Amino acid sequence: MKGSVIKYERDNIDTDVILPGPYLKIHDYNELAKHAMEGIDKDFHKKVKPGDFLVAGKNFGCGSSREHAPIALSYSGVKAVLALSFARIFYRNAVDGAFLLPIEIEENAYKDISEGDQLEIEISKNEIRNMTKNATYKIKPFPELIGKIIAAGGLFNYKP
Amino acid sequence: MNITEKILARASGKTKVSPDDVIFANVDKVMVHDVSGPGVIAVFEKLKKTGMKIEKLWAPEKVWVAEDHFVPAADKISAQNVVLLTQFTKEYGIEKHFKYGMGQYGICHTLSHEEAMVLPGEVYVGGDSHTNTTGALGAFAAGLGHTDVAYVLLNGKIWFKVPETIYFKLNGKLPDYVMAKDLILKIIGDIGTDGGAYKTMQFGGSGISEMSVEERLTLTNMTTEAGAKSGIIEPDQKIRDYLAQRGATNYSEVHGDPDAQYEKTYEYEASELDPIVAKPFSPENITVARELSSVSLDKAYIGSCTGAKLEDLRAAAKILKGRKVKIRTEVLPAAISIFRKAMDEGLVKIFMDAGAMVGPPTCGACCGAHMGVLAKDEVCISTTNRNFPGRMGHVESKTYLASPLVAAASAITGKITDPRDIK
Repeated sequence: MKGSVIKYERDNIDTDVILPGPYLKIHDYNELAKHAMEGIDKDFHKKVKPGDFLVAGKNFGCGSSREHAPIALSYSGVKAVLALSFARIFYRNAVDGAFLLPIEIEENAYKDISEGDQLEIEISKNEIRNMTKNATYKIKPFPELIGKIIAAGGLFNYKP
Repeated sequence: MNITEKILARASGKTKVSPDDVIFANVDKVMVHDVSGPGVIAVFEKLKKTGMKIEKLWAPEKVWVAEDHFVPAADKISAQNVVLLTQFTKEYGIEKHFKYGMGQYGICHTLSHEEAMVLPGEVYVGGDSHTNTTGALGAFAAGLGHTDVAYVLLNGKIWFKVPETIYFKLNGKLPDYVMAKDLILKIIGDIGTDGGAYKTMQFGGSGISEMSVEERLTLTNMTTEAGAKSGIIEPDQKIRDYLAQRGATNYSEVHGDPDAQYEKTYEYEASELDPIVAKPFSPENITVARELSSVSLDKAYIGSCTGAKLEDLRAAAKILKGRKVKIRTEVLPAAISIFRKAMDEGLVKIFMDAGAMVGPPTCGACCGAHMGVLAKDEVCISTTNRNFPGRMGHVESKTYLASPLVAAASAITGKITDPRDIK
């Protein structure tokens, strides 16, 4: 999986900025995508490209349970969010709905990766390669069940 | 095992579970509202397009529905969502649908306890992050997204990682003018907005035994703001009485073992606590109310599942009685049953005599949806639960979170005010 980076160097990026409250009434996924990240970046929908990765600090997706948040990012083209840590409901929504991969990275990767860097993520090797900076970072392996749900393509395709 | 582990063990048919075990738990109750309901319907539609047949739910009698976020219908889309929800409950035979303007209605988390929709020992999931609230009744209560709720509606179970439990012990009764809201803001300030992440926050000690049921619900409600999976309090006689008053006596309580394990314990001395305010833009950004006495306000908002229960309204009325508000003040009781009790007790008259507006139950401006959202640069003191950028309206508006006593005292002076300083 290859893509380029959009980076927000901050912690606690909450669901109210990922997809603001007034749009909760919308359930058209492509329409939601137009408002992704509107709370901190009005130009996000213009700059995001299919296959992009978001990079952020700790507790990404904290706040509400709105599945609109991973949906808006996913339908904007974001394939994975790389963060120091994730809030629990965002994490399980992303995985169970098969919207995007929530990937936990380590501090060195967070510091090293810059906006626009080209990355290649290899889940099977738990590895990210930064082709722009010619560096490699480890990622935290997915817990067993999470790995299986991802491999199945979401909770409804997973057979316990 | 502690209470959470015992509930999850029982629900997954195991004799023992430990933190980090991944289980599929059988669910006793599930709730959706006018945001998560249409979200679940969208998931159903997506599944049907893949060829899946969806004819009936696993147990319609265990499902209940609230209309709260965008009611009264904020606009055409919101109105359509409520129509969609009504079609859904009809199609799948869900009878417990609290319809706005038809008998009892209000915010889902408030209905969960006002109507005894959830009982001690149960596993309860809802399509809303503040589902944690209901854990104060001694249930495992956790919020989920649309895909997960859809899965529960069709399969009656869902996966959980058994959480570690952090135990918060309150010694002694809270002093006058200090409320549960002050304690939970203090706790979030201490542990941070990810301090409870993936964990359960359990409350106990003599101060919790002394505390009313509604005040306990404020604690569990805001465990969400510390990132917790759930909040919980062991049920006692106060819970039994509260539920019995609402016609619920048949349930199977769960209590922790004497050797229950907790990841960590925090102790608080009630006598040392002060009225607390969380400054923009995070619930962890706390300070004592008195330090903010120079902050000028445009509005006081007394509403939401967190801060518009009957006792919250009584607290606000205690301050507002015989006084006049200096800034726009909006009081929105969290359920119509609470509105009626507030009327019967004369609280509504107190609010109106003070010059405040009393509005219908709704999540409304708490989530920036409608009914009193904030303009650019407006400053609000609010009894709600979040103050992220844009949470209550414009991204450059500011919300200070506080107890109903602090909000009411601030409404009188127009500046952030410790209720002890109201002459």
